[in-house]
Amino acid sequence: MMKGIPVSRGIAIAKAMVLRTEEGHHEIKSIQASEVDREKARLKESVELAARQLTELEKQVKETAGAEQAAIMQAHMEFLSDPAFVGEMESKIAEQLITAESAVQQVAEQFIMIFESMDDTYMRERAADIRDVSKRLKQNLSGEAGGGLADIKEATIIIADDLTPSDTIQMPRQYVQGLVAAKGGATSHAAILARSLGIPAIMGIGEEGLNRFKNGDFVIIDGATGDILLNPDEEAIRQYTAAQEKEAARKQALEQLRGLNAETTDGHSVHLVANAGGKEDPAELLEKGAEGIGLFRSEFLFMHRETMPTEEEQYEGYLRAVKGMQGKPVIIRTLDIGGDKHLPYLDLPQEMNPFLGWRAIRISLSRVDLFKTQLRAILRASAHGKALIMFPMISHIEQVRQAKAILEEVKQELKSEGQAFDEAIEVGVMIEIPAAALIADDLAKEVDFFSIGTNDLVQYTIAVDRMNENISELYNYFHPAVLRLMKMVIDASHRNGIWTGMCGEMASDPLATELLVGMGLDEFSMNQNSLLEVKQRVRSISLAEAKEIAEKALSLPTVAEVQSYLASRVNEA
Amino acid sequence: MVTFTVKVEAEGGLHARPASMLVNKANAFDSKIRISKGEKTAEAKSILNIMTLGVKKGEELKIEVDGADEQEAAEALKQLFASNFAI
Repeated sequence: MMKGIPVSRGIAIAKAMVLRTEEGHHEIKSIQASEVDREKARLKESVELAARQLTELEKQVKETAGAEQAAIMQAHMEFLSDPAFVGEMESKIAEQLITAESAVQQVAEQFIMIFESMDDTYMRERAADIRDVSKRLKQNLSGEAGGGLADIKEATIIIADDLTPSDTIQMPRQYVQGLVAAKGGATSHAAILARSLGIPAIMGIGEEGLNRFKNGDFVIIDGATGDILLNPDEEAIRQYTAAQEKEAARKQALEQLRGLNAETTDGHSVHLVANAGGKEDPAELLEKGAEGIGLFRSEFLFMHRETMPTEEEQYEGYLRAVKGMQGKPVIIRTLDIGGDKHLPYLDLPQEMNPFLGWRAIRISLSRVDLFKTQLRAILRASAHGKALIMFPMISHIEQVRQAKAILEEVKQELKSEGQAFDEAIEVGVMIEIPAAALIADDLAKEVDFFSIGTNDLVQYTIAVDRMNENISELYNYFHPAVLRLMKMVIDASHRNGIWTGMCGEMASDPLATELLVGMGLDEFSMNQNSLLEVKQRVRSISLAEAKEIAEKALSLPTVAEVQSYLASRVNEA
Repeated sequence: MVTFTVKVEAEGGLHARPASMLVNKANAFDSKIRISKGEKTAEAKSILNIMTLGVKKGEELKIEVDGADEQEAAEALKQLFASNFAI
């Protein structure tokens, strides 16, 4: 068995097709001085054609793999308009009297050599981009397309020395089952694309690995482990086929849930929403079935920069999410900084106990100028969709009252300036400190909703730092104390006519879904990739069953018992 | 000609996105703009040139701007680096 770097999950079983790029075999062909103009014109034509191809490809990729992947095509287009690239090719044609193909080859080789000699992985992988673009130019010049990939007509695992992003996108998806490459790693474009297209892939098997394959070999790859089986025995084929079928059935079942509501078999609905930290594309979140954003981490607008973002900059950031979600709720958490997150320009002091220190709302309430700027920006964005405001790290009722009073002041200011905003904007608090959970009944009278932040609630309830390896096994959200606090919070919210959501890892754990539904949780906010799996769990039970499960789980005295009870329920299903 | 130095604070150095922003900014002006890191010099209007400088976080760059709009161009570039490419 061979091993490579696992870059895209999934099992593929098929015949191998070995692809080698004939790079370097291109001989340099000379031309006459009278042919310079013709060669320049050919080069220009192939560059223009490439730009059109890339524009089209970018559109395709955006649809199939998302905006982030489409940026690869943009980078390629930038190379095409770079004077050091195409301009250099033109001067080589004129000065060295060589064909357009030879000029492309020479310039590309220069850049590939420079990038490959850099000690930064990211930069080294840019050599692949240059290869990709220059290959495209050469294909355009010769009038050939596809390089053999388009001719594939049966289930195949591609074994290549290097895969360009263009190769990866243009492969006939119905036949290409998996990818193996000698070069590349988890961060190469081809790897990222393979992941977003859902093609199992393994990279970095090296030249020797590559040489062990020949066309027609029977191959199994496991993109989760990096295992590659070359001409495996019957038993291995049986095992992997079974695993593959199981995975496929699971995926298909999930896909079918995309457009469906998150409701129990007896019609009780919960809201499944996404966490967002800046990189997420609202259109993609909607596409994945998010019914809103349950946690918009405003910190990302403040991080990786040297000055405070202005009101206008913040407004743009909030507006993008609020508008993008098309009227679906976007819960914007005010600045949650301090603890392990620092801003160079805020000059926060070094603290003995940063997690018990000056952080989140505690900073906002003592730096009212910053807080007001943020609230102004959020309020202004609220005029363009549905925004909600959430205050983090609340431990005292006074903090909520003070924050609300400042919000009121800001509203009056905006009103007197004639600025539009949602006057009835809903305000909520994070429940992540045990003190807040214990006074939930009183807090509920001050706000419109709660959101349980499990990560901090667990840390503060059990007094365990999960980054500390010696005690990290104590950190567990199934601890009976944590569960009972959550139940208190949810009950208190319902008694007072408001709702409770949850952001934090527990909300995305399918093992916890039934329990949380049974405890009465109204909203689950999670990583977008977990939405379908949690939806499946919600749709598989009735509210009545879920309540029984919750009651039983809440009565168990240990983490182990809670976990094994919930696991037995999941296995039954 | 205007000459100044900047320190790169962008996470990961002058990678694709910052490099691309730098080129866009440079292209907005007529001035000739050259960026040097130690011995190596790059044309600011070429993304490949900039990327091949291999600029890492924390490194210092010398920037030379020469042309009719050199003052504005220098100002704009300084701002781009000061904002840590967050504009």
